[in-house]
Amino acid sequence: MSTPLDADISPGDTILYVDGVSVSFDGFKALNGLSFYVTAGELRAVIGPNGAGKTTMMDVITGKTKPDEGQVLFKTHTDLTRLDETRIANLGIGRKFQKPTVFENLSVFDNLELAQAGDRRASMALFARVSADQRQRISETSELIGLAAMSGLPAGELSHGQKQWLEIGMLLMQDPELLLVDEPAAGMTDAETALTAEMLKNIAQTHSVVVVEHDMEFVRALESRVTVLHEGSVLAEGSLDAIQRNERVIEVYLGR
Amino acid sequence: MTPVNVTVGPVTALILRDRGAATMIVILLVAAILVPALNLLVPPGSFFYIPSYVVSLLGKYLCFALLALSVDLIWGFCGILSLGHGAFFALGGYAMGMYLMRQVGDRGVYGNPTLPDFMVFLNWHELPWYWSGFDNFTFAALMVVAVPGLLAFVFGWFAFRSRVTGVYLSIISQAMTFALLLAFFRNDMGFGGNNGLTDFKDILGFDVKSDVVRAALYFSSALAVLAGYLLCRFIVASRFGRVLVAIRDAETRTRFLGYRVEHYKLLVFVVSAILAGIAGSLYVPQVGIINPSEFSPANSIEIVIWVAVGGRGYLHGAILGAIIVNYAKTYFTGALPEIWLFMLGGLFIATTLFLPKGIVGFMTKIRIPDRSNTTRSNAISETAGK
Repeated sequence: MSTPLDADISPGDTILYVDGVSVSFDGFKALNGLSFYVTAGELRAVIGPNGAGKTTMMDVITGKTKPDEGQVLFKTHTDLTRLDETRIANLGIGRKFQKPTVFENLSVFDNLELAQAGDRRASMALFARVSADQRQRISETSELIGLAAMSGLPAGELSHGQKQWLEIGMLLMQDPELLLVDEPAAGMTDAETALTAEMLKNIAQTHSVVVVEHDMEFVRALESRVTVLHEGSVLAEGSLDAIQRNERVIEVYLGR
Repeated sequence: MTPVNVTVGPVTALILRDRGAATMIVILLVAAILVPALNLLVPPGSFFYIPSYVVSLLGKYLCFALLALSVDLIWGFCGILSLGHGAFFALGGYAMGMYLMRQVGDRGVYGNPTLPDFMVFLNWHELPWYWSGFDNFTFAALMVVAVPGLLAFVFGWFAFRSRVTGVYLSIISQAMTFALLLAFFRNDMGFGGNNGLTDFKDILGFDVKSDVVRAALYFSSALAVLAGYLLCRFIVASRFGRVLVAIRDAETRTRFLGYRVEHYKLLVFVVSAILAGIAGSLYVPQVGIINPSEFSPANSIEIVIWVAVGGRGYLHGAILGAIIVNYAKTYFTGALPEIWLFMLGGLFIATTLFLPKGIVGFMTKIRIPDRSNTTRSNAISETAGK
């Protein structure tokens, strides 16, 4: 399944290398020798039926779940399976959850401010002040995610779609090298979905992005390379067109 | 909405922004001065005279208010429900009690110049090592802060690092205070066992039962509440405070943003324990006794009820709750002692069902209907804008 998207990649360009990762919960193998890699600067979509292990994969990469075996290399030399969530986040890996998780009692401004890259130590936070530069970036970002007029509003009062965008905005403020985005279009209207795809494509110009998604239309809009997971390992990989012609994928995923 | 840059000091800015806070500061200052004045300067017979026992009673309420503040800081803003905060209060109280015991000197029943009465009674011949230094006020004051702070640090270090949260944390905090209760009950611990420490004579050379000292202790308690309140306001309004709220609302998310959640929790927990310890140290000379019952789990649960009734997550709510519930306790344990505990339980249930944000939350809602949230968060982002 060679496609134009398949190119020779030298190891130095790999930002994420998942190598033989297995995770089991009470005997159920959520991930089963999962291996794949993501190139620096790439936008990658990961699809798969329910229970294929997509969220578990995110959990392993971000340190929430420790794998039974295998390793996850970030930029070829850091094994993420040995680190905790905070360390991994500070290395430059951001995550957007499936269910939008913003800080509902804090304003949009505060949500973005807390996400902003910077000194995260408890002792520094007591006397921290928001500089003019930071304020500038926050207002630029709220402009970008279409929430500029609502920066004083508690995030809990935003609509579902707006919360998703706020979370994307928080990822932008965090400015990680690698972004993991879990079902960003879930529960969105068609117009919101299209806008979200545009946002992610924009972000992918300067970041490496892995998107987990169910919605085929959305994946098509991303115009990215696609990895199909099934029962905890990679079933197929390639362009969306190639994937949709793949017999095995049709069998397990498209259910025909 | 672009936050406005105001060129005033942080405290002034705070007052301008938050009417509840401003009212609280004014009330505390007025109460700090008015009550001692009406006790000391007005002749006893006068209508305006406040008897000394009332001064001490009010002083006791203020200590409870500071204790409630300390619980609200961690529970209201960081979601740490400690059901063992009475332990920090009691430890601060014991440190002060030990100082007061040493001040008794040879005026005890047995007339021993060094040993407190209970040690003579137990046939001890010398002061245990951990009692040394407590004849010095500065050292004792240091211990009031250090002992609860250190215990909170050790407890928090293990609990937060192991990610013990929610009800599990509440249970182990309760176990902690219960363990201390049992330990302090033992005579050979050297803290007076069941009877605790009492029969105090002097504090800093003045008679602890005199009107002037009572008034001074009351005044100090009021100032301590004010200082504690301003400290908590400062913490809550800082970026640190916003991270606390973030942890309270979505701990995992905060971690994925790269914040070391356990450090934030640990720091605020230690600050809270120190405030509780200071409250205990002011409480003991005003009530004249400290005994192991202060460690009892029920005491710690009561503190949580004060905060819930007043309004969790509003600092002035904690102060209000502590004073209202304790006033009710004083009244009803006198008038109808057998029903007080039922009332307390009923109060907690009623608050949970009908006033989930407590009295202050309810007042805020009726005063500024459905804009309360916006106003509050504007205040927060304006602080961020400074």
